[in-house]
Amino acid sequence: MALYLQAIVNGLLVGGVYSLMALGLSLIFGVMRVINFAHGDMMVWGMYLSFWLFTTWGVDPYLSILGTATAIFLLGAAVQRGLVNRILDAPHEMQILLMLGVALVLENTALMVFGPDPRRVSTSYALSTFWLGPIVFDLPRVATFGVALALAVGLYLFLKKTELGRMIRAASDNRVGALLVGTDILKVFTLAFGIGAACVGAAGSLMTSFLPFSPSTGLFLTVTSFNIVIIGGMGSLLGAFAGGLLVGVSESLGAVILVPSLKEIFSFILLILILLFRPQGLLGGSR
Amino acid sequence: MLRLGLGGALGVALVVLPFWVPSNWQNLLISTFYYAYLGQAWNILGGYAGQLSLGHAAFFAIGAYTSAVLAIHLGISPWLGMLAGAVFAAILSLGIGYLGFRFGLRGFYFILLTLAAAEICRLIALHLPILGGYTGLFITFTPNPWQFQFRGKIPYYFIALAFLCVACGIVWLIQRSKLGTYLVAIREDEDASEALGVDTFRYKMIAYAVSAALTALGGTFYAYFQFYLQPNTVLHINHSVDIMIRPIVGGSGTILGPVLGSFLLELLGEFSRTYFAAGTAGLNVVIYGLLLIIVVLFLPRGVYPTLAHLMRRAAWRRP
Repeated sequence: MALYLQAIVNGLLVGGVYSLMALGLSLIFGVMRVINFAHGDMMVWGMYLSFWLFTTWGVDPYLSILGTATAIFLLGAAVQRGLVNRILDAPHEMQILLMLGVALVLENTALMVFGPDPRRVSTSYALSTFWLGPIVFDLPRVATFGVALALAVGLYLFLKKTELGRMIRAASDNRVGALLVGTDILKVFTLAFGIGAACVGAAGSLMTSFLPFSPSTGLFLTVTSFNIVIIGGMGSLLGAFAGGLLVGVSESLGAVILVPSLKEIFSFILLILILLFRPQGLLGGSR
Repeated sequence: MLRLGLGGALGVALVVLPFWVPSNWQNLLISTFYYAYLGQAWNILGGYAGQLSLGHAAFFAIGAYTSAVLAIHLGISPWLGMLAGAVFAAILSLGIGYLGFRFGLRGFYFILLTLAAAEICRLIALHLPILGGYTGLFITFTPNPWQFQFRGKIPYYFIALAFLCVACGIVWLIQRSKLGTYLVAIREDEDASEALGVDTFRYKMIAYAVSAALTALGGTFYAYFQFYLQPNTVLHINHSVDIMIRPIVGGSGTILGPVLGSFLLELLGEFSRTYFAAGTAGLNVVIYGLLLIIVVLFLPRGVYPTLAHLMRRAAWRRP
């Protein structure tokens, strides 16, 4: 029993970061209707930036979030301005092809710069734990969950309460309508892509202390993000958050019930069930 | 007359070519035909019917593994085993299609359903002892045409070419038939065609099954060309992507698109491998990715439609 409880707790803690990366993907899709196939690779770049800052200057990954989020924000904004913006009205398959191209470039530049070996950031507190009853809490995971939660709440408040956030939501609900009332749509798109990328960049930094990563990790993270947003509901922020926790828990339970190498199978089955019986996602509104 | 002459010349060239080029070029040509074939199979569902699949590696792997396992354990010739693989792949595609189309999944949602199905297959395949798990499945080489095993590259060249010609023929027939018209109608506006009485569910299912069965046949070819199968290569998302990008680059929904796309990408891949693979690891793939991006930005409708458009314009200008 304690084993399953432990798995659920660990899953929830990792799920917090999953939520953050899914929020980014959901925001990008919600506003531009473009699927960011390079999402996981942007995250891997966030991880490597954190790793580099840590090994070169000893900057703690929880501090370097500011730097990585900014850098990946700029990367996302540049991808939007330079590429995505030109193909917003192109057929689906062309948009996918473009983003696959971006993913290939990002993954393999990481390979060129950092090499294929798995890396991780070993902070002094990487192995510290504390007990709460029968459950072990891993300090980096708890800290990561806390920061991810804070960032997600911050994003939510930004989108709900600020003028810019309102503009982004308006463009997401009705692009033409937003244009008609004078929204600077280009600015909104660039901003949305940038913020979506910043979320996943920050999520990358947060995961460096317990997830070993290499350039090829990106694809796995992209697919996980896709899973989460479909399960939670495309374009729904709350859905992305709930979906992240759910996928985190299902992976960690899958690893305990089956074998670790089969852990993703639960989330894929969950995805298929959701697609079949509630295609708008758990918390999604109309499609 | 001119067309006939050109066609004849092309035919003769294709027959003579493998005897004349060096061995690495033979590999390149086989790979071109073979990916053009897979692209053509994908094209039926993704191009004509407009249902993008990012999970064709699953059907490919079913074809590869079925014929390999039947040959290894029961001694059944791959020529028969590949038909069994095609049937299994069609059954799986009907299963996925039934679930997806019955519940009205479209666009991105259908893509993710196919991707998830292929990933589940990969995870299962990794844990099936009969498929060799992580070590993979080796096929021992025993040169015997009945066992689909040949000495040298030339037989493979002609088999790949024949596969491609048959696939192009099938797509040509589909395009000329009512089925093709229905599929294009579904791609262009599914609701409108449904309203006009097209049984969209039925035709999407047919397209999916034909596409999956053809893909599975290609899997058998791969198994007996490489003699090694591993779930993390044949069932990997990257492999589904490989199958999908050629017809898209060439122009999906056209007969020549997948063929042209395969030629172009093979050349681009070879170009980036030859000139950039020697230095830093990954540089050649970066170049390849950049070239993909350039294709999308400058030829957003695919290579073949753009080319056809230019040629029509040139013909119109000429008095």
